[in-house]
This record gives sequence, C-alpha cells and structure tokens, in this order.
Amino acid sequence: MAYSDRVIDHYNNPRNVGTLDKSQQEVGTGLVGAPECGDVMRLQIRVNPETQVIEEAKFKTFGCGSAIASSSLATEWIKGRTVDDALAIKNTDIVKELSLPPVKIHCSVLAEDAIRAAIGDWKKKNGVAETPRDAVQTAG
Amino acid sequence: MSTVVSQVEVPAGVHLPIYMDNQATSPLDPRVLEAMMPYLTTTFGNAASRNHSFGWEAEKAVDAAREQIAKLIGATAKEIIFTSGATESDNLAIKGVAEMYRERGNHIITQVTEHKAVLDTCKRLEKYGYRVTYLPVKADGLIDLEDLKRAIDDKTILVTIMAANNEIGVLQPIREIGKLCHEKGVIFHTDAVQAVGKVPFNVIADNVDLASISAHKIYGPKGVGALYVRRRNPRVQIAAQIDGGGHERGMRSGTLNVPGIVGMGKACEISLEEMDSEAAYLRGLRDRLREKLEAGLDCIHVNGSMEHRLPGNLNMSFLYVEGESLLMGINDVAVSSGSACTSATLEPSYVLKALGLGDDVAHSSIRFGLGRFNTQAEVDYVAAKLVDIVKKLRELSPLYEMVKEGIDLTKIEWQAH
Repeated sequence: MAYSDRVIDHYNNPRNVGTLDKSQQEVGTGLVGAPECGDVMRLQIRVNPETQVIEEAKFKTFGCGSAIASSSLATEWIKGRTVDDALAIKNTDIVKELSLPPVKIHCSVLAEDAIRAAIGDWKKKNGVAETPRDAVQTAG
Repeated sequence: MSTVVSQVEVPAGVHLPIYMDNQATSPLDPRVLEAMMPYLTTTFGNAASRNHSFGWEAEKAVDAAREQIAKLIGATAKEIIFTSGATESDNLAIKGVAEMYRERGNHIITQVTEHKAVLDTCKRLEKYGYRVTYLPVKADGLIDLEDLKRAIDDKTILVTIMAANNEIGVLQPIREIGKLCHEKGVIFHTDAVQAVGKVPFNVIADNVDLASISAHKIYGPKGVGALYVRRRNPRVQIAAQIDGGGHERGMRSGTLNVPGIVGMGKACEISLEEMDSEAAYLRGLRDRLREKLEAGLDCIHVNGSMEHRLPGNLNMSFLYVEGESLLMGINDVAVSSGSACTSATLEPSYVLKALGLGDDVAHSSIRFGLGRFNTQAEVDYVAAKLVDIVKKLRELSPLYEMVKEGIDLTKIEWQAH
C-alpha cells in the first residue's frame, strides 16, 4: 500500500499521543471501533468550561497506518477549537488532507466518530445539551 | 513528541531490504539460473518438435528435469505432469478427478485452511452438483483423523488435504490420511507446494496419489509447476482441463516451458541434496528469532503447532498492535501479515480464524518465512527492530494500555463497524 507522505509523517511522528484522566469533569473520552475490526481509537479532550474551547486533545489508536494518521490529525485539528467548531470536522476533510485511498475511508469515518464520541461524553458529563449531530455513543 | 521510527542499527553485512517472506516466493538460486541460461538463449527448441536437433535437445532437457523432480518425491518420471504452477496443478487434480470419477461418486473432502487454489476449485465444483465436506482444524492447525474417517462415505471420490500450510507452516498427517484413503478406496490429492524440498516427502511412503508442486517456492523460477499422478497401486486417471496438442500424455496440452522446467529440475536436485542441512539451519534461525522476540516482548504468541511445522516458518501474533501498522514500521523487512488491511478482500486471515483465534489476533499476526539465503545477522536485526517497533506501537495502543490497567477487553461493548 503506497501511502501519502502526510500519512507516513503522522505515522512516524504521531501528534498528541497520550492519556487524560477520564474521571475529571472537564475531560471527554471517546472510544470507537472494535478490536475484531482491526481498529480502535480513543480520543480524549480537555475542554475549558468557560469558553468551551478544546485546550488539550490526546489519542491512542490500535489500527493501520491510516487509522493512526487520521486520529493524530484529528487531535491536531480540534485543539484550540470550540466543541461546536470541532463538530464541523467531516471525515471527507481528513480523507482530503491525508489523500487516503478508497479502502481507507473507514479510518477517517472512525476519526470523525471519535471526535463526536469525545465531545458527546464531555457534554453528557457537563450537562450541555447534545446537538443532533453528535449522536455517536461512547464506550468504555 | 512520540515517534515510531526505529533507531535499531543495521549490522555489517546486512543489506536492506531483507527478504523474509519465503512462503510467498523464494529468490532464484544462482545455480538454478545457470542451469536455465542455455535454454533461454541458444537451446530454445520446442520439446514437441520431433524431427530436428533443436527439439531433441529440449526434450532431453525436459526428460532430465522430470527425473530430478521424480527423484525428490519418490515417483517415476512418467508420473510427472508439467503445469504453469501449483494453482493449475490443484485445479487439474481436483477437477480432473471429479470429472473422471463422476460415475463413482460426487463427494469431495477437504479442510478449511487449504490454499484458495483448492478451496475455490471445490466451491466451483459445488455449483456443478458435487458435495464438498470442509473438515475443521484443531487449535494447532491439524485436522482430526477421526473427523476424516467419519466424513468418508460411499460417494467419496477424493480427499484433498495440503501437506504444509502456507501461512502457519503446519504439517498435516498426510501419511495417515493417505493410508486411510487407500483403505477406503478414495483418491488422495495433496497440495505439497510448501512441503516438497523442505521436509521429507515421498509419494509411496506417504500414500499420495496426486501431488501439486511448484518451482518458485524452492528457489526455482515462477510460472512452472507439476502434478504428480500415480500410475500404479492404484492407477489414477484425470480428465484433462486444457485441451490442445496432447502434450504430457494428453493430461495437459500446451508447449512446455523448457527453461522453467530445467530450472525446476535443478531446484529439486539442490533441495534433495541440501534438505537435511538446510532444515537444521532454518530451524536454528527460526528458533533464534522466536526466542529473541519472546525475550523482548510480552503478549505475543505463536500461531499453529510448533511441533508439526516447516523448519523456516514462524507465525506470531503481537497482541494489541495491528499488523499493517507493524509492517509500516519495519518497511525494510519483507514479511506478511494476516491483518485484513493487508489482504485484497479486507478480511483477516481465514487460516488463523480457523484455529479458533479471534479476528483481533489475526489482525496482529506476522508471518516470517525464512529461507536458504537468510542469515543469522538478518534474524538478529529483524528481531531487534520488531521489538522496538512493537513497543512503540503499544505506546500508541489504547488496547495495550487497557490490558495493562487490568481491563478485560472482552467485557467491553465495542461498536463493530
């Protein structure tokens, strides 16, 4: 599989790898995918309660190179955005940025799901009304 | 910032990339190339030309190769039918028997971890009214002879079970299978592609009636293979699947690939001479690789029996790391993975699934195929590099973190997608 340089760069130097304490009030956690399917993404955000800006984003991913790259890119993009802004990110934006081949589009879908799941978790924890768009369930 | 780039040094004498995928194909042995060269250049005749020296030379070379191949597997030269490779040999054996013995019965027995050349051929025959039994395998990859015994009925005409598996290198008990088939009057075909030249294989001692073999798995050229067809006790007949000039005693028409056949003959001759020492050498490298990986990493395991296995094969799962991402990290080493992301079908390895392993284990698997030209220095480099990359990818793996925290991954409600 010939990957784009962008995918290889994110794979070689993944951004924002790590774990946030999910018990904290301002942290939202999204865990999407399944081990049997060959990819699991966990994306976490720390949101400023005043401004609703995502101040920190961390991920860990079990998956192929493009799954790792998609989640790494997702953390880069959501950092500094408000949660509602972050929800505007579409999987197609990720496909475009990383030049993902058709068989890897599901990796970008999973990354979008991970963003929604993390934000959904944070909203639930903090009693913020869900927008219809973030109807992805959180696991774990 | 984290990085997945490996800093493992390349030892002196090791040239990158390293080829360690010898169950996929093997490099041409220089001695084989040397034997082939005249037949690619000056001695170009058609082996079927009966009335000039060009044809006679070619025929002589083909006959010599037939002897070399027959000798390796304990057959006679007349029992060797040349084909374009093992896929064709499997097709010819299975369809040829099915067609020839249709009056006697319509039942074929095979098993679930066969190569697709066998499985897809059987599937096609099912469309034409044949009944196929796919035997399961045990956790070690071997079939249960009792299952086979029970599956044979009065309509069974053929049992086709591989000698060695291409993914996990597991050796099926073909001698016992063949004995059982002969007792029941059933023809026994074996896809012996991975076994011939690597481990002792003898069509008489192993009770084999039809055997598919290939040149390029034993350091010969691609595009040439053979089918062994037993001529006595019992005499096996097959219906030709390619019609034409009546070559190969009518069983397989088409002008013979003389240079390829000469190469295959030479490859078989070398394999016969060097099998014992080479097997010991490869087993040593294989065990060294395994020991180094097990010393450096936790949560890894071998897929398939270690006891009944090809000397050069190692198939391991590196849990909580996905196979394709692992291959990306060791991109100067050529190996294979059972991960869905590396397969054309986007399905994880059906062979590993048949062992009862979860899809997650298949996704994490790597097949190492050690061969004649691999060195100890290469093994040491590959082991060090893998340990390094697996550790780095596990730092990225939410699953590894969860397992280390004591979370049971099977208790989580995952969202399959």
